[in-house]
This record gives sequence, structure tokens and C-alpha cells, in this order.
Amino acid sequence: MITDRIAVDIKVPNQTRYLRLIGHIGENIARTLRNYGGDRDKLAYDLNLVLTEAMANAIQHANEGDPAKEVHIEISIVDQRLVIRVFDFGEGFDVKQYVHPRHPLEEHGRGLYLMHTIMDEITYQPTDSGHVLELVKNL
Amino acid sequence: MNLQIDDKGAAVLLAVLEERLDAHNSGDLKNQMLKLFEEGKSNLVVDLQAVRFVDSSGLGALVSGFKNASSRNGNLKLAGLQLQVKSMFELTRLHRVFEIYTDANEALASFQQ
Repeated sequence: MITDRIAVDIKVPNQTRYLRLIGHIGENIARTLRNYGGDRDKLAYDLNLVLTEAMANAIQHANEGDPAKEVHIEISIVDQRLVIRVFDFGEGFDVKQYVHPRHPLEEHGRGLYLMHTIMDEITYQPTDSGHVLELVKNL
Repeated sequence: MNLQIDDKGAAVLLAVLEERLDAHNSGDLKNQMLKLFEEGKSNLVVDLQAVRFVDSSGLGALVSGFKNASSRNGNLKLAGLQLQVKSMFELTRLHRVFEIYTDANEALASFQQ
């Protein structure tokens, strides 16, 4: 079986206007995959959502909304394993605090819960210059 | 944000004319709703027919509007949810919070009863 090997490396300004671009890349990857037996429309929405949430998170919580900073995103697929890494250059945040479902009437804090629901693994680790949020999904 | 606002008497209809409701534009929706509340409106219908993608901040803006409407003895009802957008409300259990209608006319009619 021929499997997909894809590596995408993107750097965009730390601004929400680039969320659409990043989300659409996720959607297009889902539509391009050679071997995917599941619901492709759902995967397209899910990857759009995960990338949008992960990047919005980096902008708002880790890069402190500084528009001069950058968000660095890597997407790779090897052997049906999709890995998304979002690098930020800030102080970081406590992932564990947010992975549980919120009360329905809370206005904030659903992003990590949604990412956690869609993906199989989620970790947040320090790097030399900030942090990396790593999200893994087995396709 | 491209938003169409029509005062229909019993409620104000807000049609979100964007493909995405996300962290880039959800603040605009929230502010527009706040403006309507400050003008004394308390019943809103948000028509999401054109929206094919909502993220957590889009959901947050709608929750904020719902809470503001409720605190003014009004309501915020939703209409025209596309299939995958509706799934987002189910995943976050918000489908139990909002009254969700197939289209805007149905939602508006529910305010006239």
C-alpha cells in the first residue's frame, strides 16, 4: 500500500487574520490524503478546527498577543500518523487545567477540550525559546 | 465582520455572512450584540446559514450573547446551522443551552407566540 508522506512547515505572524490560512491547509490535507477510510468531511473540519484552536491558543495565551512575534507550525504525516506541532515563544500555560469539558455557560476554555477530543495524544513541552504543543492523530 | 442586522419587531435578526466564525471575527459579533443589548433589545436570532466553520471563540461569543439576553429576560436563538457546525454544539453540549431552529423565519416565529 502506498502511504502518504507529507511535511509542511509554516511560519506566520502572531495574528488571528492568519487562522483561516492555517485552518484551510488542514482541510486541504484531509481532502488530499491517499488512504483514509473514515469520514473525510469530518476529518477536514476536525483538522481545520485543531489547527485554528492551536494557533489561536499560541497567539492569545503563549505569545501574549504580541503581533510582532511569530507562530511556527509543523504538520507531518508518516505511516498514517499525523503530527501537528505548534511552537510559541512565550511563557506558556497549563494544558492540564483546560482539557476537561467546561460548564456549558463558560465563555472561554473550550479550545483545548476540543483538541483533546479530536486528537489521540496531546502534549505541551518547553523548548529553548518557548514551548511546543504537540498533537497526534492516528489516521 | 460582514453582519446583516434587521429589527423584526419581536426580535432582532443577525445574519452572520461569513464562512468562518473564529477567534479573528467573533469579537465583532460579541460587540455588535452588546450594542443591541445597550439599545434595549433583548431578543435575538443569530442566523448561521452562511457559516460553515465555528471555533471555540465563536461558540464563546454566542454563549456571551445568550447570557446577556437571559439576564435581560430575553433570549438568543440560533437558526440555519450547517451539519458540522451543529456537531460542534453537540460536542460541547451547547445544543442543550440554545434553542436551535432550521431557519430564521421559524426562529422569529417562535418569539411571536
